[in-house]
Amino acid sequence: MFRGTDRLFIRLIGCAALSAIGVQLAMALFLGHGAFPILAHAGWGFLTDSVWNPVLDHFGALPILYGTVLSALLALCLAAPLGFGIAIFLAELAPRWLRAVVGPLVELLAAIPSVIYGLWGIFVLIPWLRDSGEPHLIRALGFLPLFRGPAYGIGLFAAGVILAIMILPIITALSRDVLLAVPNTQREAALALGATRWEMIRIAVLRYGRSGLLGAVFLGLGRALGETMAVTMVIGNRPDITASLFAPAQTMASLLANEFAEATGELHRSALFAVGLLLFVVTLGINALARVMVHRLVPQRRSVA
Amino acid sequence: MILCCVGCTLIALVPLLLITTQLVQRGWEAFTPALFTALPRPVGESGGGMANAFVGSGLILLLAAGIGIPLGIGGGLFLAHTRSTRLAAWVRFAADLQSGTPSIVTGIFVYALCVTTLGHFSGLAGGIALGLIMIPLVLRTTEEMLRLVPREVREGAIALGIPYWRVMCSVVLRAARSGIVTGILLSLARIAGETAPLLFTTLGNPNWSFDPLQPLAALPLQIFTYAISPFAAWQRQAWAGALALIGFVLLLNLGTRICFRTSSSAGDKP
Repeated sequence: MFRGTDRLFIRLIGCAALSAIGVQLAMALFLGHGAFPILAHAGWGFLTDSVWNPVLDHFGALPILYGTVLSALLALCLAAPLGFGIAIFLAELAPRWLRAVVGPLVELLAAIPSVIYGLWGIFVLIPWLRDSGEPHLIRALGFLPLFRGPAYGIGLFAAGVILAIMILPIITALSRDVLLAVPNTQREAALALGATRWEMIRIAVLRYGRSGLLGAVFLGLGRALGETMAVTMVIGNRPDITASLFAPAQTMASLLANEFAEATGELHRSALFAVGLLLFVVTLGINALARVMVHRLVPQRRSVA
Repeated sequence: MILCCVGCTLIALVPLLLITTQLVQRGWEAFTPALFTALPRPVGESGGGMANAFVGSGLILLLAAGIGIPLGIGGGLFLAHTRSTRLAAWVRFAADLQSGTPSIVTGIFVYALCVTTLGHFSGLAGGIALGLIMIPLVLRTTEEMLRLVPREVREGAIALGIPYWRVMCSVVLRAARSGIVTGILLSLARIAGETAPLLFTTLGNPNWSFDPLQPLAALPLQIFTYAISPFAAWQRQAWAGALALIGFVLLLNLGTRICFRTSSSAGDKP
């Protein structure tokens, strides 16, 4: 059936499709190539050393990993319960017209560019955190080491709050789709056994959609790990390990944004490539896991923009 | 518990409200015609605008669209052509992973690919980086939209003896046109605000710049530079630039959502 131009056409669109796979492979290759010198130089010590000092050509990524993980976890702690709450509201409680209004409004949060979140963070969120938010937290929860220390405004906590706002729409949209994919027979069965509305949601809907909800959280985590501009603008950019949430810190993405254009030494640039490679591999793994968990419940879904 | 869920929803809408009102309030002051027509002035002189950044962003978006749209639509056509083969599944998976890859990682990749080979920062490199971010977004929406075109349309066209490539391009693509255009516009809105990959590909430029082979100015980069600067005049311009950027992004988002109500019905209960 296919001849001449048709074959050429199929080959062309095939190439376009393969470019999607090619880009991912090329990324791994280029980043690995760039990261090779530092990995040959420092080995595993690169991940466990806690001093990052470009001036002395000493590169240990531990403080940066610490900042990345802590800011992302903080964002998840804030965003996941909120996201689930909204998803339950949208999928189970809201009337159809309200769902059509609120859903897109929450998704608009994802459309705001990262740099604008950063701008807002610098001029609105940080002054507020410094003057009223953090002092209150220190007074109330100061018995925990996490909530001690001076309230700078900038720091891990501000980054976590902004990240939470930024990943909220992704967690919400995905968990809503997971909840909507729960078969109605599940709900009916629970109701028939005499469950109240809330018990029905808890027993029949949330438990059924467990893995999908976890997948949504993982996808949010992947996004939080890689978010760059907003974090760079509010986190303080100091690669230290401190117990306090209010201290300035550094994440993988913000480190790259700060130092990459100015890196001059061979080893410095290679260390930054290694951080990029690590970020790439970690987000790749988390996203792949998340996709598998969500796809099991929601077979076909448009990708979250 | 029900109240709790309603509360969550209200809390989520607070930041949206806060950010948009603050942007309008603080950005309005410097939101003058000069913002779009004048060049940045040196520190200490008042006035000036971000015209170079608007032009630069436009050029970079054009470059990105030139890469992202053909590759995305081509890939989408391929997935519609070979629906459920193993290769199609891999392409789909790779596209999903690419849309989850942090944009700064894409930036480093393009730096290694393009900036080191050319020897200097350039608008072209920025366009490539944004184009790569655009591909999976266009690809997935194209595929979804082509999936909605009934088999009969394709079969009917083939039965008329039209070559397969014309069936796909003139009949099937055209039937899905409005949805694909929506996807393209949304992906443009998405990359218009991307800053991280531009930091070390495009670099930014405080003067008029039209040559894509040289460093170009870009709106998000200029907002970033101005926002972290200590000068009040620059900070005001950052707010005004942000207002212009978010106006563009939200207009595209809301406009396409209202014009083509495809996305809101997709998540409804069956």
